[in-house]
Order: sequence, then C-alpha cells, then structure tokens
Amino acid sequence: MDNAIVDTHEVHEHVSLPQHRHHFETEEQQREAGSFGMWLFLLTEIMFFGGMFFAYLLYRNWYYDAFAAASNQLNVPMGAANTAILITSGFFMAIGVWAAEMRKRKMLVWMLVLTTVFGCAFIGVKYFEYKEKYKLHHIPGNNFSIAMFVSPQNYPQYPDTYAEKPLMPDMAQKTQVFFFLYFAMTGMHALHMIIGIGLLFWLTWRAWRGDFSSGYVAPIENFGLYWHFVDIVWLFLFPLLYLINRHPLN
Amino acid sequence: MAHEEIHSDVHTDAFDPSNVTNPEHAQHHIVTPMQYVLVYVTLLVGTAITVLAAYHDMGVWNPVVALFIACFKACVVVLFFMHAKYQSRLIKMTIGSGFFLFIVLITMTLLDYISRSWGMW
Amino acid sequence: MSAHTIVSLPDQSTAKLPKVNYINAEQGILSWLLTGDHKRIAMLYLISITFFFFIGGAFAGLIRFELLTPQSDLVAADTYNKFFTMHGIIMVFLFLVPSVPATIGNFLIPIMVGAKDLAFPKINLLSWYLYVAGGILTLAALVLGGVDTGWTFTTPLSTHYLNTHVLTAATAIFIAGFSSIFTGLNFIVTIHRMRAPGMTWFRMPLFVWSHYAASLLMVLGTPVLAIAIVLVALERIFGIGVFDPAKGGDPLLFQHLFWFYSHPAVYIMILPGMGVISEVISTFSRKRVFGYTAVAFSSVAIALFGFFVWAHHMFIMGVSNYSALVFSLLTMLVAVPSAIKIFNWAFTLQKGSITFETPMLYAFGFMGLFTIGGLTGVFLGSLGMDIHLTETYFIVAHFHFVMVGGMLMAFLAGVHFWWPKMTGRMYPESLSKLAAVTTFIGFNLTFLPQFILGYMGMPRRYAAYPPEYQVLNVLSTAGATVLGVGYMLPLLYLGWSLKYGAIAGNNPWQATGLEWQIQSPPLTENFTETPIIDYEAYDYEWLEKKTKDEVTTVG
Repeated sequence: MDNAIVDTHEVHEHVSLPQHRHHFETEEQQREAGSFGMWLFLLTEIMFFGGMFFAYLLYRNWYYDAFAAASNQLNVPMGAANTAILITSGFFMAIGVWAAEMRKRKMLVWMLVLTTVFGCAFIGVKYFEYKEKYKLHHIPGNNFSIAMFVSPQNYPQYPDTYAEKPLMPDMAQKTQVFFFLYFAMTGMHALHMIIGIGLLFWLTWRAWRGDFSSGYVAPIENFGLYWHFVDIVWLFLFPLLYLINRHPLN
Repeated sequence: MAHEEIHSDVHTDAFDPSNVTNPEHAQHHIVTPMQYVLVYVTLLVGTAITVLAAYHDMGVWNPVVALFIACFKACVVVLFFMHAKYQSRLIKMTIGSGFFLFIVLITMTLLDYISRSWGMW
Repeated sequence: MSAHTIVSLPDQSTAKLPKVNYINAEQGILSWLLTGDHKRIAMLYLISITFFFFIGGAFAGLIRFELLTPQSDLVAADTYNKFFTMHGIIMVFLFLVPSVPATIGNFLIPIMVGAKDLAFPKINLLSWYLYVAGGILTLAALVLGGVDTGWTFTTPLSTHYLNTHVLTAATAIFIAGFSSIFTGLNFIVTIHRMRAPGMTWFRMPLFVWSHYAASLLMVLGTPVLAIAIVLVALERIFGIGVFDPAKGGDPLLFQHLFWFYSHPAVYIMILPGMGVISEVISTFSRKRVFGYTAVAFSSVAIALFGFFVWAHHMFIMGVSNYSALVFSLLTMLVAVPSAIKIFNWAFTLQKGSITFETPMLYAFGFMGLFTIGGLTGVFLGSLGMDIHLTETYFIVAHFHFVMVGGMLMAFLAGVHFWWPKMTGRMYPESLSKLAAVTTFIGFNLTFLPQFILGYMGMPRRYAAYPPEYQVLNVLSTAGATVLGVGYMLPLLYLGWSLKYGAIAGNNPWQATGLEWQIQSPPLTENFTETPIIDYEAYDYEWLEKKTKDEVTTVG
C-alpha cells in the first residue's frame, strides 16, 4: 500500500523515483501489485460483512413484522442525508485521485480535506441517531424496552410510532434482534469510517508536503478504493435498515 | 546460472514473450472530473428513487427494487469511482470472485434455513 | 532400503558456507525483528511455530495420559475440556495453518518464481507480529485459567454456559486470522505479478500452485471466521441475542459461519503440504511429476470445491435433511481432486529412480496415511455413516490421519528437504531416518486404535469412558509416547546440524527448481541477476546438461 508509482508515459524509463522498492523490477509492477493487494483486502471485507448480511437476511424473514416496526423507528431524512453525505465524500475522494494523477498538490489537499469533512459529518449524524436510540431504550441489552412496539398508542408525541400497529409481546421482543443488527452493522461500518478518517488525516498531511504530486499516486488511489468500498457497504445498509416497510401497512 | 549475460531490459518480448512481468498496461486511462460528476449525480438520483419507492406500496417488489437500485449504485461506484472498468482482467476477475463467494455464502446457508423452520418464514 | 543415494555434497575438507548470505548480511537482533527479508521472516516463523507445536503437543500428552484409565482421575472433567480445547486451538491456528506457508512458503515462493522478495515485505513482517500477538493472547488465556469450549467454540455453550476465558481466546484467534490473511494476500500478488521473465504459470513448481490455492482460501475464508468470532464476543459482552434462541436467535447460524471458514481451513492446512510432497516425490524419483496440469488444476479445484461442503460438519446439529443431502453429495465431489493427486504421485514413482532419503520417507508416510485419512473422510461425508460416527473417536482418528499423518509428515518432509537450502547445512541422515520411522510407527500405534474405538462408539471430548475401551486407549497412549520421541529427535539433530552439519552446497539433492540454482544459504536478494526461464518445471534433462557444462566452484 505504501509503494507504487504511477507512470503516465508509455516509455518505461528506468528512472528510480524515491518510493521505488527494489524487489520490484518496474514502477508499474509495483503500482499494479499495490492496487491488486488492496482489492484482495477489500475481498476480505466483503466476506467479513457477508456474515452479518446473512444474519440480517435470516432474521428479517423470520421476524418480518418486528423488523418492519423497528425499522420505522429509524429516521429516514437522517439516513438519506447521510447517504448523500457519504456519496459526496466519495465524489471528492475520486476528484482527489484525479488531482494526484494530474499532479495538482493544492487541489489534492482540498479534496482530501473535503472528503474528511464529509466523512466526519456522516459520523456526526450517526452520533445523533445513536443518541436518540439510547434515549428511547432501543439499544439491545439490559435497558432494552419493547414498550413502544407493544403499545404504540401510548406515544402520541412520536407520530410515526403512534401510527404503527401494535405487536404481540413475543414478536415485539424480536425488535431487539433488529436493533442488534442495526448497531452491529452500522457500528462496524462506522468503525471502518473512523479508521479511514484517521488515515485521511495522515494522507492529507503527506499530500500537503507534496508526497503525492510528483507521480507517486498509489497511496491516494488505494485509500480511495478502501473509502469507496466503505461507501458501497452503506449504500446497501441504508435501504436494508431504514426502508424495510415505509409504505402504510394495509 | 551458467550464462551471465547482462540484459538491459529483461521485459522485452525477446526474453519475456508471455509478458509476465508487465501484462496488460492498465491504469493509463484517467477518468475525467466530468465523468465523476455524472456518476455522482447518478448516485444521488438513485438514492432519491430508492427513498421515494420505499413510500409506495409495491408489495413483494419493494425489497427487490431497493436492492436492485443498491446493486446498480454499487456497480457504478466500482466501475467508475474505483476505476474497475479500466483495470486489468485480473482485477475484474478478483472483484468477480469476491462477489461470487459472497453469493455462495448467502445461498448455500440459505439452502439450509429455507428447507426447515417452516413456521418461521 | 537401498544404500544408493542421490545426495551430492561438495568436498567437506575444503567446503565453506558462502561468505555473504541472508543470515550474516546484517547483524543484531533488531535486524531480524525489523527485517523485510522473506527468508528471515520465514525463520522467525519457524522458531515460533515450533515453540507452539511443543506446547500443543504437551497438551496432547496430557490428554492421552488422562485417557489411560476409564475414570476421570488425573484431572476433573472441566480441566480435561481445557486440555483438548487448548490442544486444538494451538495445533490448528498456531501450528497447522501457518506451518508450511509461513515458513517454507515464505522462504521459497519468491525464489521459486524468480523474484527478489514477496510483493509486500512490510506486510509480511506485520503478519509475523500478528501471529506472535495471537500466540501470546492464547498463552494468556491458558495462564489465566484456560478455555473449555473446544476449538470449535460451538454456541450456545461458548456464548451462554461458560465463564472461562472465551473472549481472550477468541481475540487471539481473530488476530492470528489476520496473520493468515496477510500471508495469503502476499502470496497471491507475488505469484500473479512478480514472476521472472519466462516463468509462465505452467512452468512454476507445483509447490507454488498449491500455495496459490491455499492463499485463495486464506484470503476469502478467514474473514468469515472473523465475523463469527466477533458475533460470539458481542453475544457474550452485550447479550445481543444473535445466537440465543430465547431472544430469537439461532445457535446454528454460528456454526454455519464458523464452518464456512473451518472447512476451507483444513484445505489451507493440507494444500501446502501437498505442494511439498510434489517436490519431494519428483526429486527422489528423478522424474517429472506425472500429469503436471492435472495436479496444478486439482489444487485449485480443491480450493474451489472446499467452499461448498462446510455443512458436513453439522449433519447432526439440526440442519435440514435436504441441505444435509446436498452437502453430502458435494463432499463426495471434493474427494476427487485429492485422489487425483495421490494417483499422479503414484504414477510419478512408477519407473522412477527411487531413493529413500529422509524427505522421501516422510513422503511415503504421507501417501499412505493421507490416503487412509482421506478415505475415512469419504465415509464420514456419507450422511448415513456420519450419523453414527460423528462426535466419536472415528472423527478424531480421521482428522489426525490427514493432519498429522498427512500434513505434519509433509511439513517434516519439507523442513528436511529444504533444510540444506535454508541453513547451508545437512542434517545427520541416519538419525533423521530413525526419527521418520519412529514417528510412523508411533503415529499408527496412536491413531489406528482410535478408528476402532470410534466405530465401537467411544465419544470424543470425554474424560471418562466405559472400561471396555481401555485396552485400545492404552495402546493409543503408548503410541503417543513413541510419537513424542519421534518429534523430539528432529528438534535435537536439526539444532545440532546448525553448527556441526555437513556443508550442503547449492544442490545436495540434484533437484530442479530455481532455489537449487542459487547458493545455500541464499543471498538476501536471492538472485544476483534476474533469472530468465526457458525450460519447463522438473526438467531433469536440462539439469543434467547444465551440470555437465558447469564448472563447480568451491565455497
């Protein structure tokens, strides 16, 4: 991940750039190897999240009513805004890669900063969402409460809840499974984002120093791959968690 | 080695006919910012459609539509933001194998659940 | 056994180790602990896995000691549970999974493809540190009081009914898993992108092919184990209910995720060993491997099919009959590529010039014992048989035949075969032959009775058993003692050879392969010149012609 040099010329001159690692014969080999390595790492991430996606698939089908009711507790505007924020962050990252390839140092730095800002915004929104869940006793564990699902009519102050059909207590208990999956999946996703934001700080500092604007693009490219992957995970999490059954129940 | 000739460039066709060390000169295509803007707008539009569709009752098609749009968005991100469209065949096969195995995990595990726990479904 | 040998050493009165090699290139402990040289990392791994092997072996000894008598009289049942759990965890995750890939693979893959190092040397080093961290955490779990879930961490026992150090052990395995992933990732990128000019896929040694297949499994399978462990940890810490039937969860879901990795894991363990056997059998029959393409493709086929059969570990756990049927059928399929290899090795031996140096003894042991282990695996894959044989000593015998009779013998074959290359020294041949025969005898005495025990119904993981099983258990323990001696011997004489062994020279076995064309021990950068390959693998005619033309230099 820390070694590869872009070669935008057709002719392969054996000019050694400082980041050339000598077990590689050419810079292009080094860069291709780095990119391939990052893609392989992303494959491990697909399989890692895969286990949780399966658990979701299973329990959503087993406890559909509970999942639908619990999903309606999530805030669609916040979720949709977060989706847009993350897509925007990815957009800036992509432009950043272009800036690095074009050797535009200042633009690259700006793009990395914007990527980071929007990434932090995403985490900020998630913080508020989690806080709300905490207040409503929807965090699985000892403090979990199914009151809002068994008797939604007691909560006129929450219009969305008020409009829901009440669930039988045993089905209402299963909302805890939904919320565990919600926290586990979005939490794991957020953890990956936080790691990414940490890396972004480091990359931004190095970009400002000019490390990536003289032909050595690989760390930006490969981080971009990681960042876009994290984005893709959210693109699936949003409809699966927030939009299970938003149309009026018949 | 018995022969100690010095080769100034061992990566030419004479010595490396199968082009092992430098296959498929990929990564020379640079995606333009305009392409990125198009992709960005597509993704936002897709998100909007997903949300709107969720509020319409399409019965069993709701999750299908939502997942279809999500897959489409993922493809767009992989192909353009992640440059997969312009990468070597190796990278494309790598991505494919990842998704293939993900599908194997999901479907073969589902094979078990779908043929028991009849009352739960 | 024939007195004929193909060993060809330089004149010992004048031979010396090469002046500069990867071992003396840099001095000081930090130059080892911060190295990027794949060969040094391989040596670091060799030392650490040997350490953990003997700890795991000690637990095996304790298990067999307890099983001498029908009563649970040596230790309480709970403690016995900790014995077999620690034995399993250490042997599977800290020994078998990294054994050949991280030591011999790390050392040889770059050399075999003609590269100067692996693609990502720093990640290689990180992989070793992660391994050590996982190992230390496992020892911590041990010292703090042990884990008694079995190495399979089956839910809901591991999540709800135990208060032993499950979390510590689970974290240890999580970290060790990343070590495995990074090793596999490194190999895949190296094999795809760093082969020397002329080194096409079908000119690579079969050792590389089997490591490639194992690396695919490492990269794609291990993350699923990771998520399974994470979910167990979340269940234990927060009581989320994912595996808790009372909260709507399904304990079987854990098993699906766990075995999705752990079945391919057995192929991660055996495939590199099969690669070693290909090299050893070819060298000591002086013949190219029969059906190179078939063996190469069978490695990849094992990797692919290995992903489709995991639920055969769950036949009695509550999976549906239909799903069990499908997995049983698929399990029959996965035996085919392994059988192809055995046939091809047998045909390699046919009409070859066979000599019986130590690596070849281990290889013969492998062929016989792995065949028995593999065939019993087919019995177990058959649904009707498995209902009766599962969770008995039949299973224990089966996997020890493939893993110890198979993989461990292959590992020892590889260590002996490449010892002269890695260290520049030969080991003492007569002592090593003795050790090989001792392990073979000890192994059979230990594990053959266990097939009978299992068939007669003795359950596994039980500290106490009905008295009618005692005779076979005593036989098994006696065998284990012999086996232990057989494993101690290499530790002693290999250590001895480092200082007093004969100087090996470049190619003591007169083997083909790039690694035998360079000095022993190799230079840090492996090759002085990028090699150019214009000959096929296992080309003994090319080697003979080359040796005739070559002037042998001294030292």
